[in-house]
Amino acid sequence: MPEMSLHALAHARAGDKGDRLNISLIAYAPELYPLLRDAVTETVVQELFAHRRPSVVKRYLLPKLAAMNFVLDGVLDGGVTQALNLDSHGKTLSFRLLGLKIAVPEELTQFARSGYATTAETASRQ
Amino acid sequence: MSGSMLIGAGAGYSGDRVDAPIAVVRDLRSAGERAAIIFETLGERTLAAAQLRRRQDPSLGYEPKLASLLSPILKDCIDAKIAIIGNFGGANPSAAAGVICGLASAANAPLKIGVVTGDDMLDADRRGILRECCDDLPDERLLVSANAYLGAAPIVEALGEGAQIVVTGRVADPSLTLAPLIHAFAWKEDDWPRLGRGTMAGHLLECGAQATGGYFADPGVKDVPSPESIGYPIATVDSDGGFIIGKAQGGGLVDRRTVTEQLLYEVHDPAAYLTPDVTADISNAGLVELGRDRVRVEGVTGRKRPEKLKVTVCFDGGWLGEGEISYYGPNALARARLAGEIVRRRSPPGLRIRCDAIGVLSVLADDSGRAWEQLDDIAKADTPDVRLRVAFAGNKTEVERALAEVEALYCAGPAGGGGIRFHMRPRIAATSCFVPRDAVRPKVQIRETRHA
Repeated sequence: MPEMSLHALAHARAGDKGDRLNISLIAYAPELYPLLRDAVTETVVQELFAHRRPSVVKRYLLPKLAAMNFVLDGVLDGGVTQALNLDSHGKTLSFRLLGLKIAVPEELTQFARSGYATTAETASRQ
Repeated sequence: MSGSMLIGAGAGYSGDRVDAPIAVVRDLRSAGERAAIIFETLGERTLAAAQLRRRQDPSLGYEPKLASLLSPILKDCIDAKIAIIGNFGGANPSAAAGVICGLASAANAPLKIGVVTGDDMLDADRRGILRECCDDLPDERLLVSANAYLGAAPIVEALGEGAQIVVTGRVADPSLTLAPLIHAFAWKEDDWPRLGRGTMAGHLLECGAQATGGYFADPGVKDVPSPESIGYPIATVDSDGGFIIGKAQGGGLVDRRTVTEQLLYEVHDPAAYLTPDVTADISNAGLVELGRDRVRVEGVTGRKRPEKLKVTVCFDGGWLGEGEISYYGPNALARARLAGEIVRRRSPPGLRIRCDAIGVLSVLADDSGRAWEQLDDIAKADTPDVRLRVAFAGNKTEVERALAEVEALYCAGPAGGGGIRFHMRPRIAATSCFVPRDAVRPKVQIRETRHA
């Protein structure tokens, strides 16, 4: 099965409150939502942000919006008033999530944003 | 009252574009319906910074851009009976009201101003309650500010007394929008579903352009028309709280994508978005694209409001220092890493310190910017452009000492370092706690100006 980054399938926005980060993940097409729901689990996100040692990762599903909301606790070094990071809000981290690669069944690639080659296509071109 | 009401967003934060309200007011006027414009200019730290300004000069402590935001639109709003509601009073709503009086007199526009106070929890009679409710409150001498999040009620009261403009301090962001809706449609204070919908309309307005193509553009992926002149959002709300998000003329866009991103912005549990007014629920929300930059939001409801009110407590957070130096070309990364290691070894022990390696194109180009035309090639080339950033947190003396070690990298650090910059500033730290609702007593005062 070809792999694609979430950037081809969904968009996202991060927000912060104290030491808590939320990242929404919104499918470009409702047809992609079940795939995202199955592939982008709390465990997967926990691993993706392991370098920040989240104490809890909680996922909320919003099927009518073809979206989900991740809430990551304890990942902002105490939050905007205490962190030494340039991006003390964690605002750029939505694109960390969008960089995640997942396997996409052939029949769903048509719903991905055009211009994205799957890894299988890239391989066949070479 | 039936019919609908329009609410426009004039500002989404303290650093927002000051010309944005002009297009919003123009469109509200031409719509000819009941209307209000809201200004949300307070973040967690904004209020503490405002409190520090007030301590230095008792006539300050309100939003510094207040006059820039209001003077182009004040007369038009008064003439067209468009209510103005803003938390731009910051740490000093009364002083802000004074500034607004001055603007109104200059425009020869008589005006009734509602001033909402009572959010300050460092008042002598409320400090005790604060200390009882907050376990980890810092030492008294370090406290800078403590403000409870007020709800819509005091704004509704001010509007009821005929205020055309209401200036507040810490009020929950969506309450700025909910209040004129409660006033217009006479919603009851326990009509949770309507309050929930009005609150989420407010949530979509409170960050200004973030609902209409701001904070959205991703070139070639999610493009935004004329991002330099985005029209800020305008909600059309009916008497049941159902609403459509649109925007003022100008650039930007409103579609399913922009509205969904903002609907979930800073939300935790979508079934329980807590404000002083209601527990809003968007777990069943859906969107309908109506075309021409209009999206209807459906399925929002609400439940009983929380028993307690949130208080943001700000206190002296020591000093932050940041120093940077660049390295280019072969082995740049190793030289940057070594520089960071040298600063670490020579900094005062126990100081909080972190290093970052930044870079694509920071020192190679000349001032003409021609190198930007080859940016893609430069980014791919094997000639790193690394800017080491070192950040420190601690007391003033320690941070000064550590920054001196960054400066010393010129002569004593690794080869080929350039472009050192460093600065330090005091920090305000914040924490939050919850107090019983009846411990907070909002006050409403009405001031009137007359014809000059």
